Amino acid sequence: MATHHILNYVVPGDDFTRAGEASSAVKNTLKQLGIDNAAIRKVSIAIYEGEINMVIHAGGGTITVDISDQEVAMILQDKGPGIADISKAMEEGFSTAPDEIRLLGFGAGMGLPNMRKFTDEFNLQSTLGIGTTVTMKVKF
Amino acid sequence: MENNIDKFVCSVRLEEELCKGCINCIKHCPTQAIRVHKGKARIIDRFCIDCGRCVRYCPHHAKVADYDPISIISKYKYVVALPAPALYAQFQNLNNVDYVLNALLRLGFDDVYEVSAAAELVSHASREFLKKHKNQGTFISSACPSVIRLIRVKFPTLLPRLLPIKAPVEVAAEIAKERAITQTGLAPEDIGIIFISPCPSKVSYVKYPLGLEKSTINHAVAIKDIYPLLLPHMNMKESQLKPLSHSGRIGLGWGNAGGEVSGLLTDSYLSADGITNIIRVLEDLEDEKIYSMKFVELSACSGGCVGGILNVENPYLAAHKTQRLKKYQPVSKNRAEHNPELKDIFWEEKIEYEPVFRLGNNFRESLNMLQEVEKLVKLFPGFDCGSCGAPTCQTLAEDIVRGDAQINNCIHLLRTHVYELAKDIQVLSMSPELDSDHEDTQKIKKHIEELMEKLAEFTIS
Repeated sequence: MATHHILNYVVPGDDFTRAGEASSAVKNTLKQLGIDNAAIRKVSIAIYEGEINMVIHAGGGTITVDISDQEVAMILQDKGPGIADISKAMEEGFSTAPDEIRLLGFGAGMGLPNMRKFTDEFNLQSTLGIGTTVTMKVKF
Repeated sequence: MENNIDKFVCSVRLEEELCKGCINCIKHCPTQAIRVHKGKARIIDRFCIDCGRCVRYCPHHAKVADYDPISIISKYKYVVALPAPALYAQFQNLNNVDYVLNALLRLGFDDVYEVSAAAELVSHASREFLKKHKNQGTFISSACPSVIRLIRVKFPTLLPRLLPIKAPVEVAAEIAKERAITQTGLAPEDIGIIFISPCPSKVSYVKYPLGLEKSTINHAVAIKDIYPLLLPHMNMKESQLKPLSHSGRIGLGWGNAGGEVSGLLTDSYLSADGITNIIRVLEDLEDEKIYSMKFVELSACSGGCVGGILNVENPYLAAHKTQRLKKYQPVSKNRAEHNPELKDIFWEEKIEYEPVFRLGNNFRESLNMLQEVEKLVKLFPGFDCGSCGAPTCQTLAEDIVRGDAQINNCIHLLRTHVYELAKDIQVLSMSPELDSDHEDTQKIKKHIEELMEKLAEFTIS
């Protein structure tokens, strides 16, 4: 008897039109499993923000979602430039997004703060030149 | 007293003898609610949101909207017509709505109450509601029943965002009924309130309303049915017309996409129409991509209610005609204080989430089913060809796991299975029991070899 369900996604870099595909697919699966609606909303927002970050800053990455009857665990991994000052990156409104991205309406500095705000566990590890890994959990 | 059949009532019917069993409708259904089973395209009511796309796209006219015939009005002692604003937009060169309203009386209705007049009351109540709930997030229009039904089954987190105000047609019905009772002294059951509808979604709404227990509307008839009957009655001089119309620009515009938001007198809004477009907006609302807006107007049909499948006119020409009708009208002509018959404009009950797409009855069961679905999807070719009767390989897998389909419904797998079966027969033919020089045995073996050669042509590499 299975107790977990694992979903894997690849987020392509530099294609805004595809950011949101993973969050949409995860949402659909969570609804099929009958997960609590408030939890679905949190997971969806957290993954969506992560997808956008990977597109803007990291040239894409991977997402692994592990669903059990207690929680949804998410690992978002990229091989981007890494984050120089993590505590600064976690401040609402702080952004290193280039101007052309801001003109598109992204890069408001709410990505990481929102991911932390909407999850029950949030952990960010980043090494300059190596990449960034965000692990998050939403419990229910 | 919840009744599942009522709750998922759907106003699209299949004309069995016309259905060819093709896959046009299953491919256009936004909620994947149709399956071709035994050569006929059947709707799964609990998945259907009554958007009418299957009616629009069926090349054989086998999917038809279910609504009442005009003759229904003879059932009542006194009948009031509630024309949708879309009705006015069907006629050529119309510059005065009173032509249509007078024609309705000449056709046999005893009175008319314009849905566009009630729409102005809804606009007023919406403005007040949004003022009161300032900075409490984005609210979603609740005027299109298909939108509510879509949110009810697919976007549960957005249910609290629905504007809890009755649809204009319901408000019109309540005022019209009260007015008719006062004016005629008749018993309520002798008075028929008849909605002239642009779409089947509102027909379903009459049978199973959302946000209230029972609708005051008695029947819904189609604009396309009444249109040709009205034409001969519209040949009047303007001076002969009884002044009946009581709608301003806001009310008349409600039938068009963007009409509802223009009545809110704010620029903090978004308006989307067409089912695929509104699904995208709902996804974005769910992901908090849209958060700084006061209001979102959504219509399932492209162009708004004038795009409903029970209209006659092209929705874009209809929009143009509405502009002309609105031209010399004041902004609004209706206020709540002038309508003492209006009791409560707000919803009487909450709309609950209907988890119809959930696979099992609990997490563990759903999880096992989901993993079965994934295994099956890997077996299928992924063409989403629809030949099995389900719109995609994924939906076929879900149907199988739910027990509603078999694996050999996939014609590609069936072909492989048939080939394997034949190979087994070939192996059997080589068994020692058949190793005889007897003439008959040799004949059988030769026949099997020929069959295998033919079969080889059917395989795909």
